[in-house]
Amino acid sequence: MDDVTPYVVLSGILFTIGCVGVLTRRNAIVVFMSVELMLNASNLALVAFAKQHGNLDGQIAAFFVMVVAAAEVVVGLAIIMTIFRTRRSASVDDASLLKY
Amino acid sequence: MYAFHEGGGIPVVDPSSADGVFSLLWLVVALPLAGAAILLIGGKYTDRWGHLLGAALPIGSFALSLAMFVSLLGREEDDRQVVQELYTWFQTGHLDVGMDLLYDPLSALFLLLITGVGSLIHVYSIGYMAHDPRRRRFFGYLNLFVAAMLMLVLSENYLGLFLGWEGVGLASYLLIGFWQHKPSAAAAAKKAFVINRVGDMGMSLAIMLFFITFGSTSFAVISAGAGEASQTTMTILGLLLLLGACGKSAQFPLQAWLLDAMEGPTPVSALIHAATMVTAGVYLVVRSNFVFELAPDAQTVVVIVAVISLLWGAWIGCAKDDIKKALAGSTMSQIGYMMLGAGLGVAGYAFAIFHLLTHGFFKANMFLGAGSVMHGMNDDVDMRHYGAVRKAMPVTYLTFAMGYLAIIGFPGFSGFWSKDKIIETALADNWIVGLCALLGAGITGFYMTRLMLMTFFGEKRWERDVHPHESPSVMTIPLIVLAALSVLGGVMLAGDWIVDFLSPVTGVAPHEDPPLPAIAVTVIAVCVVAIGVALAWFLVGKREVPRVAPQEVSFVTRAGREEVYGNVINDTLVVNPGRHLTSALLTTDKYVVDGVLTGGPVTIGVAAQVGRRVQNGFVRSYALSILGGALLVALALLAVNAV
Repeated sequence: MDDVTPYVVLSGILFTIGCVGVLTRRNAIVVFMSVELMLNASNLALVAFAKQHGNLDGQIAAFFVMVVAAAEVVVGLAIIMTIFRTRRSASVDDASLLKY
Repeated sequence: MYAFHEGGGIPVVDPSSADGVFSLLWLVVALPLAGAAILLIGGKYTDRWGHLLGAALPIGSFALSLAMFVSLLGREEDDRQVVQELYTWFQTGHLDVGMDLLYDPLSALFLLLITGVGSLIHVYSIGYMAHDPRRRRFFGYLNLFVAAMLMLVLSENYLGLFLGWEGVGLASYLLIGFWQHKPSAAAAAKKAFVINRVGDMGMSLAIMLFFITFGSTSFAVISAGAGEASQTTMTILGLLLLLGACGKSAQFPLQAWLLDAMEGPTPVSALIHAATMVTAGVYLVVRSNFVFELAPDAQTVVVIVAVISLLWGAWIGCAKDDIKKALAGSTMSQIGYMMLGAGLGVAGYAFAIFHLLTHGFFKANMFLGAGSVMHGMNDDVDMRHYGAVRKAMPVTYLTFAMGYLAIIGFPGFSGFWSKDKIIETALADNWIVGLCALLGAGITGFYMTRLMLMTFFGEKRWERDVHPHESPSVMTIPLIVLAALSVLGGVMLAGDWIVDFLSPVTGVAPHEDPPLPAIAVTVIAVCVVAIGVALAWFLVGKREVPRVAPQEVSFVTRAGREEVYGNVINDTLVVNPGRHLTSALLTTDKYVVDGVLTGGPVTIGVAAQVGRRVQNGFVRSYALSILGGALLVALALLAVNAV
C-alpha cells in the first residue's frame, strides 16, 4: 500500500489555488484557467485514491472529467469570445446585467 | 256572520264569500294600480293625457266603493263581512297565504275616505302641478300611493296588509322626494323611509310571531284563536304592532320624519296627512283589536304614546312659522287623538275611526287650502310673509275657515263631534289622560287661530312682486267639496250610526255611566278651546306680527321651533352612536381584519425585497455562495459521519 498523502495534499493545494483564482480574478480567461486547475486537482485526487484502493474506478472517473472539461472549454471559450466581441472586455464583473 | 269571544266584546272575523257587486272588489285596487303602471311604463307617450287618466281612475274606484257601501248597508247587520279570494299568493311549508280581500264596515269607510278624498286631491293636483314638467310621473306616483293604501285596508291577512304597508312607504318616498333636485327634499324622503323602516321592523316581527303562534296570518284565523294564546304573547304582539303603527302614523318616538315630509308638493302632504299613510297606523290598531283587547298592557302603552304625541305635535304646531309645518304638527297631534281613541279599547275604536274620517276631510281641506295660498304667494311658505290674504283669495279663505272651525271643535262642525267623543271616552277611562286630551284641544285652538290670523288677517306683509290671486276652479272645487264635508262630517254620529255600523268589527262596548255627564264634558271642552282661541287673539291677533321671527323668545317657543328637539334626540341617541359605530367598524376592518389577512403576504414581500439584493449579477459572488454551500454540505457530511 503506497502512501498517497503527498498527492492528496498537492491536489488540495491546487484546488485551493483554483478556488481563490475563480473568486478573485476578473479576467474571464484567468477564471477559466482557475476552473481547469480545480478540475485537474480533483483528477489528481481521483487517481491518487484509485491507486490507494488498487482499482481503476478513479482513473475512469478522471477520464470522464477530462472529456467533460474539454467539452466545457469549447462552449466556455466560445461564450467568452462572443462577450469580448460585443463588449470589448473580458472582465466577468462587466457582464452583470442579469440581476434583480 | 259574526260571533263573539266568550267574556270579551270582540267579534271574530268570519266573512262570507263575495258575490254581486262585491265581486268587483279587486277592481278598487286594480284601477289605480293600472293607472300607476300605464303612467310610469308608458313614459312620455302618456304626457298629454296622463293626468286626466290618473285622476279618472281613483274616481272610478270611488264610484265602485260607493256602490259597494250602499250594497253593504242593504245587508243584514250580522252579514256585513265579505271576503274575496283572488288567488293563492304563495304557499310554502305550512304557510299558505292567499291574496284575499276583506270588505267589512271598517274597510268600507276607509275605502270611501281614501278614494273620495284621494280623488279630490288628484283633481286639485291637475291645477296645482299644471306647470310642472314631470306632472305625468307625479300622477303615476299618486295612483301608486292610493293603490297601496287600498291594498293595505282591503287585505284579509297581515302579509297582504304588509304589502300595502310597504307600498305606501315606497310611494311616500317617491312623492316626498318628488322635487329631487332640492337636496332638502331628497334628504326628507330618505329620512321618512329610514324612520318608517324602524316601524316596519316591528310589523314584520309581529307577522312572524303571528305565524308562529297561530300558524296563519289571516285575520279570521287569528281572531278565532286569539283567546288561546298566552297574554305575554299578546302583549308582545301588541307592542310590535304599535311600533309599526308609530312609524307610519308619525307617533312618538318615530315622529321626526313627518315635518320634513313637507318638502313634497302640497297635494302629497294632503294625501299623506289626510287620506292615506298616517291613518294606516290607526287602522292597524283598530283592525288588530282582537290582539289589543287581550293585551291590556299594550293598550296602556298605546294610550301613553298617543298622549305624548298629541301634546308634542300641538307644541310644535304653536311655534312653527312655516304654514305646512304648523299643519304637520297639528296632524301629529290629531293622529294622537285617534291613537288615544284606539288605545281606549272597545269604547274608543269607533270614535278613533270617526275622528280619522273627519280629520281626513278637514285636514285635506286645510292642506289643499295652504297649497292654494302658496300658489298665490309664489310658493312662499313663511306665514310671516302672509297676512290679509282673505281679500285676495276669498274662496280659499272661506273653505279654509270651515276646516279651521272643524279642527278646533267649533260646536256643530265635524271635528267638534269626533274630538268631543274621544275626550269624553278618555275622561271616563282615566282622568289624567282625559285632562291631557282637554289641554291638547285648548292648544289646538291656540295654534290653529294663530295660523289663521297670521295667514288671512292682519296687515299685508307680502314680499315684493307677490300678487295673490284666487286659484283656478279645478283647485277651488275640491276645496269647496272638502269644506262641505268638514262642516257636515258630524252627521255620521247621528243616532250613534257610526258606532253601530262599526260594531261588527270593533265590538260593542258595555254601557257604563260616565263620571261626568256628556253635556258637561262638551261645555268644558268648548270653554278650553275658547280660552286657546282667545289667547291666540291676544298674543297674535292684537299685535304686530314681525316679518322676521324674533330670536329672543322663551324656551318653550324655541323648543317648539326645534320640533321639541326630536331630531336632536334622534341624533344623540341613534344617529351619532351609529356613525361612531360604523366608523369604528371601518377602522377595525381596515387595520385589524385586513392586517391579519394581508400581513403574511406583506411580510414575505418585504423579505423578498431584501433577499433579492443577493442576485447582484456578479458571477464571482455566485461562485462564492456555491463554495459556501459546498463547504456546508461537506461539513454536514463530516458531522453526520462522525456521529
